[in-house]
Amino acid sequence: MTVFRGIAHVYGDNIDTDRIIPGKYTKTLDVQTLAAHALEDLDPAFASRVRLGDILVAGHYFGAGSSREQAALAIKAAGISVVIARSFAGIFYRNAINIGLPLVEAPDHAILNGHQVWVDLGQGLVIDETAGCIYRATKMPPVMVAILRAGGLVNYLRQYGSYEAADRV
Amino acid sequence: MGQTIAEKIVSRHAGRQVMANEIAIVAVDGAMATDATAPLAITAFREMGGVRLWDPSRVVLVIDHAAPAPNEQVGNLHTLMRAFGREMGCVLYDVGEGICHQLMVEYGHVRPGQLILGADSHTPTYGALGAFAMGVGSTDLAAAWLTGQTWLKTPASIKIVLSGQLRPGVSAKDIILFLVKQLGTDGARYQAIEFTGTAIRELSLASRMTLANMTAEMGALTAFVDLQGLELPYQFDVVQPDPDAVYSTVYSFQVDDLRPQVAIPPAPSNVVPVDEVAGTPIQMAFIGSCTNSRLEDLHAAAAVLRGRKLAPGVRLIIAPASKQVMMMALRDGTMAALLEAGASFITAGCGPCVGTHQGIPGDDENVITSTNRNFRGRMGNPRANIYLAAPAVVAASALRGVITDPADVL
Ligand code: SF4
Repeated sequence: MTVFRGIAHVYGDNIDTDRIIPGKYTKTLDVQTLAAHALEDLDPAFASRVRLGDILVAGHYFGAGSSREQAALAIKAAGISVVIARSFAGIFYRNAINIGLPLVEAPDHAILNGHQVWVDLGQGLVIDETAGCIYRATKMPPVMVAILRAGGLVNYLRQYGSYEAADRV
Repeated sequence: MGQTIAEKIVSRHAGRQVMANEIAIVAVDGAMATDATAPLAITAFREMGGVRLWDPSRVVLVIDHAAPAPNEQVGNLHTLMRAFGREMGCVLYDVGEGICHQLMVEYGHVRPGQLILGADSHTPTYGALGAFAMGVGSTDLAAAWLTGQTWLKTPASIKIVLSGQLRPGVSAKDIILFLVKQLGTDGARYQAIEFTGTAIRELSLASRMTLANMTAEMGALTAFVDLQGLELPYQFDVVQPDPDAVYSTVYSFQVDDLRPQVAIPPAPSNVVPVDEVAGTPIQMAFIGSCTNSRLEDLHAAAAVLRGRKLAPGVRLIIAPASKQVMMMALRDGTMAALLEAGASFITAGCGPCVGTHQGIPGDDENVITSTNRNFRGRMGNPRANIYLAAPAVVAASALRGVITDPADVL
């Protein structure tokens, strides 16, 4: 669950939530609708090109803007297994972990589009296999690791009932 | 060691002394969700096994983002929220009451020193009342509904000292646009901002909300506006930072010479003084949003437009922050003055701010708006260009049909 391998789809800096999923598509509980419009204004071909297990790669401040959890849901439902960025916006980072979409902050990665990438969440490593480069990931707070391990915040609370109970485990 | 406001409020809610970067489990005093975020939160709450809210009187639902419903799909989401609200016995503000953040302040759901979660990124607006308010997503909010708690990494703090006095016609919006440019869109990422200084003392609660509101555009987790000079209809404790509190950065700005500012597309940090873009033609103007649609904002627009007419080919749409704001504008003649000038009023709520309905711009149109985000596609059309400004600038631009410094028409 903590190791991923896939093809990288690489984008730039400051990709905001309106570009991940425009506000006009967010008024739904159907994740397939979200997936169909993921990154639409940034790259209209994204939804049709991405294959299950692929990896989304971005520069600085990925997920800026709105608190819409639909942004993380859209990426996950599109088939992305893990998102790598140089940095993330705070609310997006929490949302992704909460819905069970793994994220890796690798501040100095230089992964190229189409490359085969390998991620080991436990070790905090990101490897661009095609280029033969290894990058270190920033450490995730333990509470987030626990939420991600449970498969998201819903399962975490279903399992433990409260944050405090989980803290004592 | 001395504590910042953020460290003090987090410590109180964690029941132990907490400093920046420490993870804490905290009790929350209130939790707000809108029609953009509540439906997913309701689903998550049920999946968590939620049956009852931890405290229904502290849970607020607001139908504002797409209100009235533009289609059956959204209509059904509103129905789902109303049913949940009835079942749980929580507070629900329905279509037309106004924008979530305005209602939280207007109806007293936020008090100084409290810790509030809102499933909306502009939740830091409540820092105008000295509350620690942070935006979260739907699942985090559902967890708070269930447990009355959340977890957070205590933010480091930035202090911004604003001194001097604004010129007439220059407003809090111009200050915050200027600051977003100075700090950048992630310049305060995951930090708390404390605003203080002599320039704050003169500001109304509405202006302080404008200031705190757009700290979201600098990536801030939360913000606090110094409470000095603020009068509230109830007794309150002021949470003061300790004199030896530690800040990651301290900025000082003099506001005396500040001119009206405009953010040019497609980022809220692309800010220039109005004269650098003056003359740019506009087709649509909007006064609305949690940033700027309170009574003083409508007054600023009416001061420009009273007894005059919008430029031909320009439409001005106005969505007041709340029904109460609309009633006050109705009673004091502001609404009549704006309608006579050619403006259209729509339901109090988010309106076209988030691009769902009630005024989507056409391809290649230029829009000047008092809102907070000009990302591509924000107002529903990725081929439109969005300029952000204060209400006075929006009104002056609607009057002339080109981006205009209000000083030129007042
Ligand atoms: S007015 Fe705009 S920014 Fe404010 S809460 Fe509504 S959609 Fe969000």
